[in-house]
Amino acid sequence: MTEEVRKNGKETIDVSEVTVRFAGDSGDGMQLTGTQFSNTTALVGNDLSTLPDYPAEIRAPAGTLYGVSGFQLHFSSMDIHTPGDQPDVLVAMNPAALKINLNEIKKDAIIILNTDSFNAKNYKMAGYTDNPLDDDTLSGHRVFRIPITTLTANALEGSSLTNKEIDRSKNFFALGLMYWLFNRPIEPTLEWIKSKFKNDESILDANTKVLKSGYYFGDSTEIFTTRYSVKPAKLKKGTYRNISGNEATAMGFVAAAELSGLPLFLGSYPITPASDILHYLSRYKNFGVKTFQAEDEIAGITSSIGAAFGGSLAITTTSGPGMALKSEALGLAVMTELPLVVVNVQRGGPSTGLPTKTEQADLFQAMYGRNGEGPVGIVAASTPSDCFHMAVEASRLALKFMMPVVLLTDGYIANGSEPWRVPHVEDLPEFKVTHRTEVENFNAYDRDENLTRPWAIPGTPGLEHRIGGLEKQNITGNVSYDPDNHHAMIELRAEKIKKMQKEVPDLEVRGDEKGGLLVLGWGGTYGAITEAIDKSWKEGIKVSQAHLNYLNPFPKNLGEVLHNFDQILVPEINMGQLAAMIRNYYLLPVKQFNKMRGLPFKSTDLLDKIKELVGGGDDK
Amino acid sequence: MTNKIDANEVIYKAKDFASDQDVRWCPGCGDYSILAQVQRSFPDIGKKKEEIVWVSGIGCSSRFPYYMNTYGFHSIHGRAPAIATGLKVAHPELSVWVATGDGDLLSIGGNHFIHAIRRNVDINILLFNNQIYGLTKGQYSPTSEQGKVTRSTPFGSVDYPFNPASLAIGAEATFVARTIDREPKHMQEMIKRANSHKGISFVEIYQNCNIFNDGAFEAYTNKETKADTVLHLEHGKPMVFGKENEKGIRLDGMNPVVADLKSGEYSESDMWVHDEFDKMPYRAFILATMAENPDLPTPIGIFRQIERPTYDEGVQNQVDHIIEKKGRGNLEKLLFSGNTWEVN
Repeated sequence: MTEEVRKNGKETIDVSEVTVRFAGDSGDGMQLTGTQFSNTTALVGNDLSTLPDYPAEIRAPAGTLYGVSGFQLHFSSMDIHTPGDQPDVLVAMNPAALKINLNEIKKDAIIILNTDSFNAKNYKMAGYTDNPLDDDTLSGHRVFRIPITTLTANALEGSSLTNKEIDRSKNFFALGLMYWLFNRPIEPTLEWIKSKFKNDESILDANTKVLKSGYYFGDSTEIFTTRYSVKPAKLKKGTYRNISGNEATAMGFVAAAELSGLPLFLGSYPITPASDILHYLSRYKNFGVKTFQAEDEIAGITSSIGAAFGGSLAITTTSGPGMALKSEALGLAVMTELPLVVVNVQRGGPSTGLPTKTEQADLFQAMYGRNGEGPVGIVAASTPSDCFHMAVEASRLALKFMMPVVLLTDGYIANGSEPWRVPHVEDLPEFKVTHRTEVENFNAYDRDENLTRPWAIPGTPGLEHRIGGLEKQNITGNVSYDPDNHHAMIELRAEKIKKMQKEVPDLEVRGDEKGGLLVLGWGGTYGAITEAIDKSWKEGIKVSQAHLNYLNPFPKNLGEVLHNFDQILVPEINMGQLAAMIRNYYLLPVKQFNKMRGLPFKSTDLLDKIKELVGGGDDK
Repeated sequence: MTNKIDANEVIYKAKDFASDQDVRWCPGCGDYSILAQVQRSFPDIGKKKEEIVWVSGIGCSSRFPYYMNTYGFHSIHGRAPAIATGLKVAHPELSVWVATGDGDLLSIGGNHFIHAIRRNVDINILLFNNQIYGLTKGQYSPTSEQGKVTRSTPFGSVDYPFNPASLAIGAEATFVARTIDREPKHMQEMIKRANSHKGISFVEIYQNCNIFNDGAFEAYTNKETKADTVLHLEHGKPMVFGKENEKGIRLDGMNPVVADLKSGEYSESDMWVHDEFDKMPYRAFILATMAENPDLPTPIGIFRQIERPTYDEGVQNQVDHIIEKKGRGNLEKLLFSGNTWEVN
């Protein structure tokens, strides 16, 4: 830690990592504030990971506990993997935001409070009997009491804006102050304000002024004597951008369309937390992308199946409940052996569940959620930027094997963001697709070495044929009720999935390849598991990590990897779905770690479990 | 509508549209007639075989694609309009047809039906309306008359039926027609007119199920009665019917009433003149509801057709416009767009 004395007698302390949480009413603009802080933090070169955590209600009544919207951000001069277990800094715009988050933050955390909102009505609504600013509720914390609403109004004195509009600018004051406190430039946000509000000069001016006021307040007030600096992280050489999982997913499909040479078609019905993929893709019309906002989830997938029959790279995007509605149609895609990618951005379930919270409980649904034996490929993304890569992979496998592939992401990685080392197009896999045009010896269900049938599309002379949901005779593709054919076709469809395995990269082990304990994860828990492993190693604990991105089929070396360890721990944000699959396939007694709180794991919780397994040696 | 392809290049006969599959409907089913009329009219629609796609859902009618030597997709229950929409939007150059039944389109698929209409997707929907569930062996359907006694309603059905033409007109379909399985020439005409219409074309076909609902449309097909029970709609012509055109339909305010043209009180020139291009849907709606009134003849023909830009064309135009404005997207540029920074 180095110290440096700056002007106004204020010192700057270098720290290696910080976790900040912005919290306020749903209408306070906390998501925007957090996103701006993240983007600027990315630009100064820190590694970062974010956790937007907002209620399902759009504008819950002001001041209520259930209306609190939060945005957590972990940034560092080192390589980091999670949005942080416990915030070092809490910005609370009202008593409810304080109440909700006080138990989550570190014991000596910095708390920045908007004192203007701590009136009797608000603190009572938050469940406090007395003003928490006046008793020992906040003892132990480093509390900064700032009348943010008043200071915002002062900054905009004489402005033509209404009081309501002025009040709405206060998040920019908080943002400006945080920029000062953590030594970040305000210019990127000023630029953003300029382009975002270019059609409303008075709002543009107000937000600009308030952001600057917040920054200068930090500089001039005597409340703050210290500011913090986090040096750029030593990331791998390259060009970076900050990206969320949903944006990365959308870009992955645009890339897949370009790489395959096929037009991209998305049929989708809006659903939290998947809608952003539809939003992003509907912008990319200059790539020839066609997006269809369907009348329901079923039309979302069936329109895509129609587009797939026509020769497009066809995808549909949804979340758990929507996935349930698509089940029958997904079976149709299996039966008709059409390439289709279904994205399930998993959220808390069952039923409507927790629409804005994360979970991993749809693995079984993807694996088994169809009538009959209806195998599909399943892949999962492990971080926000990995969504790009796995969207490309899902497309590549679906097109190569003429089978539907489900891509599982989750609410956390979909909305969370991280710096992404942008790949060059030349480094992406190429998988140009050509549709069948040769008339001679054409059979709709003919087979190549991968058991893949030819993709002959309407418009091609001489290849007119019919497909459908009834069982097909192998090779000819005619309807067949023949018992032996049905048995053979069920096996054949299963075999097609197995054939995919040769395209699945081997599972890599982080740490020793043989030993006592392996932590095996999948999907969006990658960050928390990686951090728990790092912490274990720091404490001298011997443990290895492997993470699955391919769930059906599994990597071909998975069994071999697993057999090299005495114990296997499978942490999941579900009741143990991968654990059950591993037991089923490899007859191994895997241990589980399951927490279904709608939130990513805390790496410390996982660390405790690892210690229990390694230290205790008891076989529970 | 002009025939876009060179007539010398492709001359089809009806049998060119027959696939090599055995047709498996019950002997005597009205579906045979529909298949025959489609195959007879298709040589005249100006489309190449490979450009035509038949999409269907589930039900007796939905076996239709297997019997057409074109591209075909026998899909799942109710979803044909959604599959057809995706196919047409992704590939607007195709001629997309939906074969469906009253259960498939109006019960399980009702939502897709009204939304395909709302969007005016340029597809053609042929509804084989037999007012019964045939493939599941005889339950009442959403077009069965109230009080229908079936295996699932031994004491008579309680719910009211849909009138498919009313529903389509209410959802603002740009082409709505009705025909009957036993009127082959008329049906061929309707199929060709549906093909010529740009936008959604909906043709309701009264189709007899001789196993589970035999005679449902007997009054409209029986030689003795049909002249008095069926009204042939023809654009620009007064509505007259009867063996010797001795009766007509007059609009009394909003109410269609039968006028006797022999009594001397009214002449043909007093009768309601059909305007299938009527900009407003009200009169077409009145015509559609006449089927429910036992005192009035049931109209067949084109109820209404109007021009309106299609959804598939709109989507394509947007893509073309954006590409023209911004230039064709460059993937490398997209990936490196936004706020980026270098790490050395």
